[in-house]
Amino acid sequence: MSFEIDIALRQGAFQLEAAFSAPQGLTALFGRSGSGKTTIVNAVAGLIRPERGHIRVGDRILYDASRGVALATRRRRIGYIFQDARLFPHLSVRRNLYYGYRLLPLRRRPAEPAHIVDILGLGALLDRFPAQLSGGEKQRVAIGRALLAAPELLLADEPLTGLDTPRKLEILPYFERIRDELKIPVLYVSHSSAEVARLATTVVVLDGGRVVQIGPPRDVLSDPSVVPTGVRNVGSILHARMVRHHADGLSELDAAGIPILVPRVTAASGASLRLRISAHEVILADRYPEGMSALNILPGTVAAIRSGEGPGALVTLDTQAGPLLARVTQRSVAALQLAPGRQAFAIVKSVAIAPEDIGSG
Amino acid sequence: MANMLTSFGPEEWNAVRLSVKVALWATLVSLPFGVATAYVLARFRFPGKQLLNGLVHLPLIMPPVVTGYLLLLGFGPTGPFGRVLEPLGMGVAFRWTGASLAAGIMGFPLMVRSLRLSFELVDPGLERAAATLGASAPWIFLTVTLPLAFPGLIAGAILAFAKAMGEFGATITFVANIPGETQTLPSAIYAFLQVPGGEGAAIRLVVVSILISFLALLLSELLGRRLRKTGTPS
Repeated sequence: MSFEIDIALRQGAFQLEAAFSAPQGLTALFGRSGSGKTTIVNAVAGLIRPERGHIRVGDRILYDASRGVALATRRRRIGYIFQDARLFPHLSVRRNLYYGYRLLPLRRRPAEPAHIVDILGLGALLDRFPAQLSGGEKQRVAIGRALLAAPELLLADEPLTGLDTPRKLEILPYFERIRDELKIPVLYVSHSSAEVARLATTVVVLDGGRVVQIGPPRDVLSDPSVVPTGVRNVGSILHARMVRHHADGLSELDAAGIPILVPRVTAASGASLRLRISAHEVILADRYPEGMSALNILPGTVAAIRSGEGPGALVTLDTQAGPLLARVTQRSVAALQLAPGRQAFAIVKSVAIAPEDIGSG
Repeated sequence: MANMLTSFGPEEWNAVRLSVKVALWATLVSLPFGVATAYVLARFRFPGKQLLNGLVHLPLIMPPVVTGYLLLLGFGPTGPFGRVLEPLGMGVAFRWTGASLAAGIMGFPLMVRSLRLSFELVDPGLERAAATLGASAPWIFLTVTLPLAFPGLIAGAILAFAKAMGEFGATITFVANIPGETQTLPSAIYAFLQVPGGEGAAIRLVVVSILISFLALLLSELLGRRLRKTGTPS
């Protein structure tokens, strides 16, 4: 199921004008704070009303100004995962989870609610109260509560912001499963390149209330002119397959024929993975390097060199595994005589690829 | 103490029973109105909001005798409300129901203040979350807002009950001091103090009214503790 959003509204001095449609999968709304991400999600949820435009999910019209359609929030069949979870503090985990489920007519209820509870690992928490849960547990309950309400579109507003890295790693796989296994589209607000790289099927970049780019994460996240968090967060995404786990704690992946070693990941051999490699973690060499600690060497051809105002340059290297970005200094570009068409080698330390940079898909 | 209790006359018992009845009815009947008024004041902005707020607080600011006199003007046999209610047998002037009305009105501002405060403390984000899960506005109110404001509801009800138990000025002005019909505890204490040798009975009633107030307070504490145990933030 796809969805389509084309809305305009004004809030004080802030003007939002955003139009995009998104296919199946997870669509990330990516931008810095104040760019209008949450406003869009709230308009889809019916919590704020656009001045004009329309919002369609599948063949259901949630909002259409020209036809005077504006469904009430409760009739929109959406699931909303808030940044602060918003569990009902006076209800047990069980009653939180089934709050929306119980309001559904029988024919619309998920067939196996207990299965959703199991997948999220909430079985042991059912009789607890929200105050007795950790941040990660709260967010898992919030995901379960939204899914049990049988949404046709899932909204998530920075659901991982405010969680520490281990909690993020605990939650991320659930969003991957929702993206890969459920047929509902997800609209996911984030300002983190790592999250977007790992989760998004489509990225919509917002700036000042406008859509500045839309495309697959591989294209969007490698473009320093649109990555809202700046050049430090530019990176490339490689698709790879799990090969085997080594005894020394490393996992070997295969990216289109190039072996890549990363710190141990929990994935079965053959599983398809995507990994994000930050541009500033990549070193370039003009000949095959020897006698060094870095384990991953990817040969390629320089495709493009972009220099900004500072001392840095962003080099795109076409490798067998796909384009790889390296952020180096302009001085190094000159010293290595890098230019489009030249052969070069990209060097990536295994430990520079963090667990949150490796996801399924 | 035993001596004091055995020497309780029927007139005194009547006053105690009547007071509890008047205060309970006053509290129970005004509670739904208090909840509605407090919720409207806490959640909505509308023209005339300050006027409504002022009206609610009027009984707290005005001398109770004035409130009682205004009630008499309105609900007395010749008043605009009294003229309609009296022929129907529903007149309240000089009846215990009138005492309840006066007590309820005097306790209303206290109840609304306490409820409004707890409604304002309920995160509207939780209500929005309930709406995204498919809940209608009345259902959200019943399952989210009201339970979360419950400590304020208990506190407001206890305050209103205590106020009703102690109400004197408006009651005696509106429904007089008729033993067995409108003579509540404070009216009875006042009456006993007016007659020579009435001090004993007055002191007994004073002790009883202190006991009832303490019981009410204890009950609210116990309820509050139970709510905390079940996870509701206090």
